[in-house]
Amino acid sequence: MSDMKVVEDLTQSEYKWGFVTNIEAESAPKGLNEDIVRFISMKKEEPEWMLEWRLKAFREWKKMPAPNWAKVKFPKIDYQDVVYYSAPKSKPQLESMDDVDPELRATFEKLGIPLDEQMILSGVAVDAVFDSVSVTTTFKKALHEKGVIFCSISEAIREHPELVKKYLGSVVPTRDNYFAALNSAVFSDGSFVYIPKGVRCPMELSTYFRINAQETGQFERTLIIADDDSYVSYLEGCTAPMRDENQLHAAVVELYAHDNAEIKYSTVQNWYPGDKDGQGGIYNFVTKRGMCDGINSKISWTQVETGSAITWKYPSCILKGDNSIGEFYSIAVTNNYQQADTGTKMVHLGKNTRSTIISKGISAGRSDNSYRGLVKIGKNATNARNFSQCDSMLMGDRCGAHTFPYIEVNNHTAQVEHEATTSKVGEDQIFYLNQRGIETEDAVNMIVNGFCKEVFNELPMEFAIEAQKLLAVSLEGSVG
Amino acid sequence: MIKITDLKASVDGKEILKGVNLEVKAGEVHAIMGPNGSGKSTLANILAGNEAFEITGGSVEYLKKDLLDMSPEDRAREGVFLAFQYPIEIPGITNATFLKTAINEIRKYHGKEEITAKEFMAMIREKGAILDMTDNMISRYVNVGFSGGEKKRNEIMQLLMLDPKLALLDETDSGLDIDALKVVSEGVNRFRNENNAVILVTHYQRLLNYIVPDFVHVLSNGQIIKSGGKELALELEEKGYDWVKTEHLAENPA
Repeated sequence: MSDMKVVEDLTQSEYKWGFVTNIEAESAPKGLNEDIVRFISMKKEEPEWMLEWRLKAFREWKKMPAPNWAKVKFPKIDYQDVVYYSAPKSKPQLESMDDVDPELRATFEKLGIPLDEQMILSGVAVDAVFDSVSVTTTFKKALHEKGVIFCSISEAIREHPELVKKYLGSVVPTRDNYFAALNSAVFSDGSFVYIPKGVRCPMELSTYFRINAQETGQFERTLIIADDDSYVSYLEGCTAPMRDENQLHAAVVELYAHDNAEIKYSTVQNWYPGDKDGQGGIYNFVTKRGMCDGINSKISWTQVETGSAITWKYPSCILKGDNSIGEFYSIAVTNNYQQADTGTKMVHLGKNTRSTIISKGISAGRSDNSYRGLVKIGKNATNARNFSQCDSMLMGDRCGAHTFPYIEVNNHTAQVEHEATTSKVGEDQIFYLNQRGIETEDAVNMIVNGFCKEVFNELPMEFAIEAQKLLAVSLEGSVG
Repeated sequence: MIKITDLKASVDGKEILKGVNLEVKAGEVHAIMGPNGSGKSTLANILAGNEAFEITGGSVEYLKKDLLDMSPEDRAREGVFLAFQYPIEIPGITNATFLKTAINEIRKYHGKEEITAKEFMAMIREKGAILDMTDNMISRYVNVGFSGGEKKRNEIMQLLMLDPKLALLDETDSGLDIDALKVVSEGVNRFRNENNAVILVTHYQRLLNYIVPDFVHVLSNGQIIKSGGKELALELEEKGYDWVKTEHLAENPA
């Protein structure tokens, strides 16, 4: 690849995405120490206070032991054997879709991903994707008119420091857990969203419009703030399988909702799950938390997780404001040798708070799928209500499904309900459907869709359709 | 309609069917009776295309096609229906969704238009009434939480809704009380006409009082050893299966 092409692409990248990428792109050497943290901060052109914040987090991380309590097994990670900053554009540029791996293209087709999205995701040369440029510009204009800030976290640190200083680490403090501390020290990208008072964000915000698919998003940091009386729906991820040389992904997402504000955060995640023998595959260790600070505030997490070799995440809500509401709707699919230990924490602190948890776990192949949830009612949380439903579906007989519900109630006016079911889909069911004229693949999809319907209903419609297709692809060949 | 010639089959290496010969024409009802382990259910399941069984010999011609060469879905779409002996539960799919999908798959196969919601509801009400199925059962997941009798009635409900050409009823009467038996039989009798055919697998003569067969066959040790009219069933009731076995051995010394 010629130097001219590199420059050309980088220049176009600047034009298209609106923020500067450093032309002398280099990666950091392996390992993590204070110098690497300084290097990252310098590459991002961050102010001094941000560097200090990172260094403080790094020093805290050094004192913490790596956690080991989840029901997931993985070889010990050597944190010094990881590259913590990769140059953007390290992925090769392709001339056209013909150069893309045919298996990947087949997956794109099955998922119904539009051609121009396919091109971006595959790293096809940017100038071939003319349409997206105009779409992005219109989108940005509409947001600007409403005063909505939607940019990369790096840009926000430079352009909106007062907001970042106020909220960063307010929901997930750096000392919260090992991976949060690590992320705080080395995060390299992520989204920043601020919705002003009284504004209902005019469209769903999607990372697709901000992320340059070439960047790795290994340690993403996202911060979303909804001021009084505002509303935003944010979509993270995409159904296309995302590969990455970096195995460890430790993102942090913080949501902050003020009085009468609502944040709806939807995720469809399909990180590379490893091959059929469980080799390779991404470790997705994420800390996601929402603070319902204001009265009548509401935060909903909706997720469809089908990828990653290991998924370890508990999107949670702290229901501090009176009458606040927290919701968690999740479908977690594991196949082959994937492992998932995922769930949520609903912490009720204010009065008249409500939380709803609907978790659907589908295990296939030799995978292991665990739900781990905490419902905690504080002693001043009068009249708290929680409803939890955890359903597991086992496809075939070599997979596992586990449930670890924790319920801590410290106020006698609380009402907490928990329901759990387990069901199995085997050859017999498939034959029954076959005998009524329904093909095996359709049969599996019908069963899975029926099982997941409640959660699909909570996803923004476009995402729901993509998610259904994704589920079908993930479970191909899982029965028999 | 269907011609089974010298059919041999085994499961887990054990031979169950040892050369079955049977011919069923449109408009006929054939009853297959026999002692436990004779292979009655095996026969029904093999015709439906259950891959748990291995065909080791013989052939089956259905509507001039090679049935054994067709996938279970295709057999169904060509009009083969099996009312299972132990209908299985399918959580997550309602009876309504299930029936509608099945009906449309079959229609699609024959190049017909999909059923409209209105037509579908009308059909459900009409057939449901025959079988005493409540509206509530339609919105329940397939067979989930159904009693044994409800499951068998659900099988016949599907029979009426899908209107196949060849109905294989595998011990539809087992586990049914008299009232359920009458309702189920009524359903089957409403189904039968001169264009379709029924193969009825059963242990007991009692069902055949309600669903009167044209032919009765005795399947023993993997082969049909005696065939006759409906009176044969009464004779079996009186004399038991041993009588037939003995007679067969005498006529066919090993």
